[in-house]
Amino acid sequence: MQNIISKKVERIQPSGIRAFFDLVLGMKEVISLGVGEPDFVTPWAIREAGIYSLEQGLTSYTSNKGLYKLRLGLSRYLKTKYNLDYSPDDEILITVGVSEGVDLALRTIINPQDKIIIPQPSYVSYGPVTELAGGIPIYIDTTKDNFKLTPEKLEKVIDKRTRGIILNYPTNPTGVSYRYKELEALNKIILKHKLICFSDEVYGDLTYDFNHVSFPTLPGAKRNTVYLNGFSKTFAMTGWRVGFACGPKEIIAGMTKIHQYTIMCVPITSQMAAAEALVSGKKSVEEMKREYRRRREFVVEELNQAGLTCNKPDGAFYAFPSIKKTGLSSLEFSQNLLKEEKVAVVPGTAFGSCGEGYLRISYASSMDNLKEALRRIKKFLDKS
Amino acid sequence: MEEILEILEKDGRITPEEIAKMLKKKPEEVKAAIKKYEKEGVILKYKAVINKDLVKSEDSSVRALIEVSIIPQKDAGFDKLAERIYSFPEVSSCYLISGTYDLLVIVEGRNIHTVSSFVAEKLSCLENVRRTTTHFLLKKYKEDGVILKQKEENKRIAISY
Repeated sequence: MQNIISKKVERIQPSGIRAFFDLVLGMKEVISLGVGEPDFVTPWAIREAGIYSLEQGLTSYTSNKGLYKLRLGLSRYLKTKYNLDYSPDDEILITVGVSEGVDLALRTIINPQDKIIIPQPSYVSYGPVTELAGGIPIYIDTTKDNFKLTPEKLEKVIDKRTRGIILNYPTNPTGVSYRYKELEALNKIILKHKLICFSDEVYGDLTYDFNHVSFPTLPGAKRNTVYLNGFSKTFAMTGWRVGFACGPKEIIAGMTKIHQYTIMCVPITSQMAAAEALVSGKKSVEEMKREYRRRREFVVEELNQAGLTCNKPDGAFYAFPSIKKTGLSSLEFSQNLLKEEKVAVVPGTAFGSCGEGYLRISYASSMDNLKEALRRIKKFLDKS
Repeated sequence: MEEILEILEKDGRITPEEIAKMLKKKPEEVKAAIKKYEKEGVILKYKAVINKDLVKSEDSSVRALIEVSIIPQKDAGFDKLAERIYSFPEVSSCYLISGTYDLLVIVEGRNIHTVSSFVAEKLSCLENVRRTTTHFLLKKYKEDGVILKQKEENKRIAISY
């Protein structure tokens, strides 16, 4: 069978914790803090818009770039929110979630053997997608710098073959985000070496203590940035699969070329619902954000009390505590916790080898679940 | 709205210590704030929301919405007569509203007869009550923000990136 599969795909390593995931999925009555999506249902007005569009018989393809109405809505949304100017005509592309956006952007930019910098721990797809696009991922371990990429470490790894960098902030899995000054310093290096910045800001609206700074708003950044975002996290719309990419029109044109041959267009029902989210979703977003913030305070406090050192995350809905003092590996800890206390978390190693000694705990779960799960984690720690 | 109230409105049984953790405050501060709300009458009481459809008992109740047209009185307007009406223990809610009638009165009784006799013998006979229209409630779908259907199981997959 091996010879049938292309070398490229063969090289991609399946996730090392697949077996652990299967264990979780096969077990009943588990409290899961391993979920990477909101526990809220899409607000009703948005769902209703999707249903209404079906009733109206809107069941066809849309233009490859996505419904003009949605692109226009996004253009206005970004203008109001970040004072960003992206033309709905040729600088915005509607994608199947940010996942597709990342894939298209990388495939559009990468020539064989180009290097792409990825700070780790990072979201799981960046490395494999870079490799599938023919590039070479260059990982930077950020664990010693509070999970933040520093300009020094960035500059150190750049060479002639470096084409770009993938930033994701607030970061999945650490919840870390960057302030204006920090981003500005990174941007200087990026500009100096003429890199493309792929900025995945899907958790941008879930930033709790300061205003999220969108990368293309930095001085000189817009012309070499692909801004990637989506509706999944902000509006609790993961299953609808709607994302968007904004960037210089040459890059968007390139991405659209791949998109039109591989995807054609994002399902129209989802696009109609997304358009409604931009109109009426704001209030629900604020409510969800307040709720996440309260859970964040609760979870971080409880984890630290339990002796699992944990920085306060700036955004997203993840805490990333250290379990080093238990002497267990991330996987061992997660497996034992699952077996003994029926609580599921994601081992830090899922997000790169430097995630060893950490866990990702998602607080996209009800307060009741969080309370019970943390009680069990404390019990687990007391035993060991 | 104050965030403490927002939290308590969702879950009245949450402890001050837990609220303190959620809001990064001291438990004493939260306790003091709650006490103040209670004293000022901002927080009136704590109670369970019960789905009475699932309580199989002899005295399962029926509810009726009653539109009441009244003649406002000199000096007291609607308030005096409203007070005479809402003081009956059968009345669970009473609102002054705009539109074609004046008071919306919600009455609970053991069965349709108790409610009808309350309307016929008590409410309609009050001086200055001109007319009443009674609507019996047939089915409750949602009450005070709570949907009364059994919650469906969480359909998210247990683990994802």
